[in-house]
Amino acid sequence: MNQFGHKDLLGLQELRPDEINLILDTAEPMKEVLGREIKKVPTLRGRVIVTLFYEASTRTRTSFELAAKYMGADTVSISVATSSVQKGESLGDTARTIEVMGADAIIIRHSATGAPHLLAKLLDARVINAGDGSHEHPTQALLDLFTIREKKGGIAGLKVAILGDVAHSRVARSNIWGLTKLGAEVRLVGPPTLIPPEIEQLGVSVFHDWRQGLKEVDVINVLRIQLERQQRGLFPSIREYTRLFGLDEDKLQVARPDVLVLHPGPVNRGVEISPGVQDGSHSAINEQVTNGVAVRMALLYLLLSGGEQSAISA
Amino acid sequence: MEMQEKAQILDAEGIRRALTRIAHEILERSKGTRQLVLIGIRRRGVPLAQRIAGIIREIEGTSVPLGILDITLYRDDLSKLAYNPVIRKTDVPFSLNDKKVILVDDVIFTGRTVRAALDALMDLGRPQLVQLAVLVDRGHRELPIRPDFVGKNVPTSHREVVAVQMLEIDGKDQVVIKEPSE
Amino acid sequence: MPYLLKGGLVVDPLEEKVEQLDLLVAGDRVAAMAPGLQAPDAEVITVDGCYVLPGLIDLHCHLREPGDELKETILTGTRAAARGGFTGVVAMGNTRPPADNRPVIEFIKRQAEAGIVPVYPVGCATKGRRGEELSEIGDLVEAGAVALSDDGSSIMSAEVLRRVLEYSRMFDLVVISHCEDQDMSAGGLMNEGFNSTVFGLRGIPAAAEEVHVARDLILAEMTGARLHIAHVSTAGSVRLIREAKQRGVRVTAEVTPHHLCLTDEAVRSYDTNTKVNPPLRSKQDVKALLEGLRDGTIDAIATDHAPHTREEKEVEFNLAPCGISGLETAVPLVWEHLVETGVLTPVQVAQKMALNPARIVGLPERTIRVGGVANLTVINPRLKLPVVVEQFASLGKNTPFAGWELRGWPIMTVISGQIAMQTRVTRSTSTDASTGTLRGAS
Repeated sequence: MNQFGHKDLLGLQELRPDEINLILDTAEPMKEVLGREIKKVPTLRGRVIVTLFYEASTRTRTSFELAAKYMGADTVSISVATSSVQKGESLGDTARTIEVMGADAIIIRHSATGAPHLLAKLLDARVINAGDGSHEHPTQALLDLFTIREKKGGIAGLKVAILGDVAHSRVARSNIWGLTKLGAEVRLVGPPTLIPPEIEQLGVSVFHDWRQGLKEVDVINVLRIQLERQQRGLFPSIREYTRLFGLDEDKLQVARPDVLVLHPGPVNRGVEISPGVQDGSHSAINEQVTNGVAVRMALLYLLLSGGEQSAISA
Repeated sequence: MEMQEKAQILDAEGIRRALTRIAHEILERSKGTRQLVLIGIRRRGVPLAQRIAGIIREIEGTSVPLGILDITLYRDDLSKLAYNPVIRKTDVPFSLNDKKVILVDDVIFTGRTVRAALDALMDLGRPQLVQLAVLVDRGHRELPIRPDFVGKNVPTSHREVVAVQMLEIDGKDQVVIKEPSE
Repeated sequence: MPYLLKGGLVVDPLEEKVEQLDLLVAGDRVAAMAPGLQAPDAEVITVDGCYVLPGLIDLHCHLREPGDELKETILTGTRAAARGGFTGVVAMGNTRPPADNRPVIEFIKRQAEAGIVPVYPVGCATKGRRGEELSEIGDLVEAGAVALSDDGSSIMSAEVLRRVLEYSRMFDLVVISHCEDQDMSAGGLMNEGFNSTVFGLRGIPAAAEEVHVARDLILAEMTGARLHIAHVSTAGSVRLIREAKQRGVRVTAEVTPHHLCLTDEAVRSYDTNTKVNPPLRSKQDVKALLEGLRDGTIDAIATDHAPHTREEKEVEFNLAPCGISGLETAVPLVWEHLVETGVLTPVQVAQKMALNPARIVGLPERTIRVGGVANLTVINPRLKLPVVVEQFASLGKNTPFAGWELRGWPIMTVISGQIAMQTRVTRSTSTDASTGTLRGAS
C-alpha cells in the first residue's frame, strides 16, 4: 500500500491526523515547485487524470487540472450537465468507460452525496472527491488547513470559527473533521435553521450570536450563502442575513487582532463578507487558491506515484 | 533484510582529508570561486556540501552559495516502489543561470540519482557547467555518468551496501560497507 | 396423498401454547393432531425440533404487477412469499395503473391464480392515490379488496382521510395508513439526526411520521373507523398508538423486520439497499419498537416487500428508489434477532405474523385445528444459513442483509394442504434429504 495508505480520497473523516499531516507536509515542497519559472516536474509522466464534474466549477476544476499538469500528468476534463445524467448514461457506466480508456485517477464533483463512494466501489482507478452533495470537500479543507498552518505556525489549540450555512456545506464538514483531528477548537456560527442537527456531537460549539461566536478567534472561515436557501424559507432575506452574520470590519473587532480570514470561494461580494474584509489585510483568500494547487499536487503524488500492484493488493 | 557491517572504509579523519582534497581540486579546476555554487543532493549530500563550502571559506576567504536539492520528484523508479518516498523541500535561493554548479552527493552507484538531479537542475535554470563531487564511487554504473571529484573509489559487489554516516545526521563520521547477514 | 408431519412443535397463538404434536394432513384439511400419530398410508415428513405455526400472512407487500413487471410479477412475488414461509400476502395497490378500480383488482386476483399463494389485494383509498377523491370503494370491496390504502404515498388532506374513514365504516373495511407528512420529508433521504449530519444526506425527522400518526388517530377516534398504521418506525409513533389504544381507538399497527434489525448507522456506506421509506431510524427508536411489539402496541410484523431492479438501485443514493426485497428474509430475521434474543416467543411470532394479520384484514382465523384448513409454516430454529441473494425467487435482489448468518429458516410452507415449498426435510419416500421445491407454475 502506498505510504498514504488509501486508494482514494473520499473524505477527511476516515483519515488519521498523521495522514492529514503527511499531505500537508508533502504540499510544502510542491509549493516551491509552483514558485519556479518552469512549473513542471516529471513525477507523474504518463499518468492520465480525468476530472468529471457534474456541478459547474471553474476554481476547483482548474486547480486540479493545473496540479495534474504541473506534476507532468495528462489531463482530460469532462463537464456534465445534470440533466444528461438523469436522461442518459448512468454515473457508473460513464466512469467505467473512462477507466477502460486508461484513466489512472478520476476526480469527481457531484451534487449527490455518496457518488464518489459509488465510483470507488466500481473502479480500480483512484477516486478523489472534489465535493459530493453536502457531505465532504476534502481538498478544500486540506488547503484551508495548509493556509492556517502556514500563517499561524500550527493548528493545535487555535480557535477557528466557521461562519454561515453549515447545514448544506460540505466545506464545513470536511473542515470540522480536519480541524478537530489536528486539535483546533471549532465554533460554528449561524442561524438555527442553517446549523445541522446534533452537530455538537462532533466536538464543536454552536453559536447564534456573532459577538459570542467570533470572540477571540484566530481564524474565521466564511461560507458561501446560497440564494436558494432563502427561497426555501431558511432565512427571511439576504439583508437580514448580512446584518446578523455577514463578516465586516465591525464584527472582526471582537476577534483577535491577527485573525485570519478564509473563504472557499466564489464570494458573494457584500453578502457573507464585506469587500473591505475580503480585500483587507486579514484575508488569505488569494493564498488559499495557490495553496489549493500545491495541496492537490501533493495528493496526486501520494495517490498515484506508488506501485500499481501494491496500491491495490493491500 | 538484516545487514551487518563488513568493513570500515573511511573513519572521521579519512573523511576530513578526502573532503579537503576535493575542495582543493574544485578550486584548482574552476580557478577560484567566481560563479561557483555548491548544491547538495538530499540527504547526505547536504552536510557534505556544507563542509566543502566551509573548507573553501577557510582556504579562499570567500563564501560559496549553497543549495539543497530534493530529487524525489524526478526519480525514474517511483512506480516500482511499494511506497512513495517522503519529499523534502528543494531550496536553491539563487539563480543558476551561468553558474558553475558542483553537485555533491555521498555515494555514486548506478548514476540514476545524479541523472534525476541533472533533470531537476535544468528545470531550475541554465548553468554554465555542472560537475559532480562524491565521497565514494562504488562502481556498477547503469548510465553514462561519471564524477569529476571522488573521495575514494570502493569496488563493491551488488549485494553490498555502502553506508556513509555523517555527524549531522547519524551522530558520527564514517563510511562502512555492509552486506546481508546469512 | 396424505402426509404426516412428525415430531413438530405445534404453536397455538390463541391458547398461547406450544405442544409436540404430529399432524396428519389429508386433502386441504388437518385430519388429525396428536402425539405419536400413526398413519400407514401417509407419507412421513420428519420435522423434529421444528416449530409448526399457523400459515403466516404478510400484511404488506408490493407485487408490482400490473405495470412494473421488471421489478416483480405476481408469480415471482408469490413464489418468493412461499419460499419465505408465507401462506398468503396482502398486496398493496400502488401498481401502474393503480388499484383504484374493479378491473385492476380483478386482474390481480386472476394473475394470482396461476401461483399457489393467495393474494389479498388492497384497493386505493383515493383515485389515482392522489389524495383528493374517494375511489369507488364499494366496487373495490365487491371485487375482493380486503383493505384500503394509498400506501406509497400518504393522504395529505385530513378532510379527505376523514371521509375515507367514514365511508369505509360502511364495509367495516380497515384503512391502512402510510403516515408521512410529505412537506416535512420532501428531499429527505435518511433519518434526520446525528448520522444524517455526518453523512451529509438530507434527513427525514421522526416528526414527519408522528404528526400524521397523531392526526390519523384523532380521525379514527372521531369516525369510529378501523385504522391500521403501516410500517411504524419511531418511538413517538409507538407512544401515540399506545395511548390511543388505551383510550379505545380502533387502531392496529405493524412494523417491518428491517426497522427492527437495522439503524440509520447502516446508511454510512451509502449502500442504496439501506434506503427505505420510512427510513431506518435511531437506536432509541428501535428499542421503542421492540417494546411496542412486546407489550402489544404493535400487532403485526409485515415485510413491506419492495423489489427494485439492479439498475435502479445501482445509482447515486439520492436517485435510488426506496425499498428492500424482504419476503425471503423476514422469518429468519425475526427468529435470529427477536426470538433468539428473547424479545418474542414462538407463540408471539405466530400472533404477530399469522393470527393478527388475518384478523386485521378480515380473513378466517389462523389457527391449527383438526378439521380446519391446513395452512402451515414450519420453521427450523437450528438451521443456520447465510442469506444468499442469488437464490431469491423474487426478482428483487435489493437487500442489505446479503450474507447475514441467520437461524430460523422456514423449511415448509403448506397452503390448503398443498406443499408450496419444502427444503431440507426428510421424506420417507426418499433416502436423502430432498432439496427445495416450489410448487406452482414455473
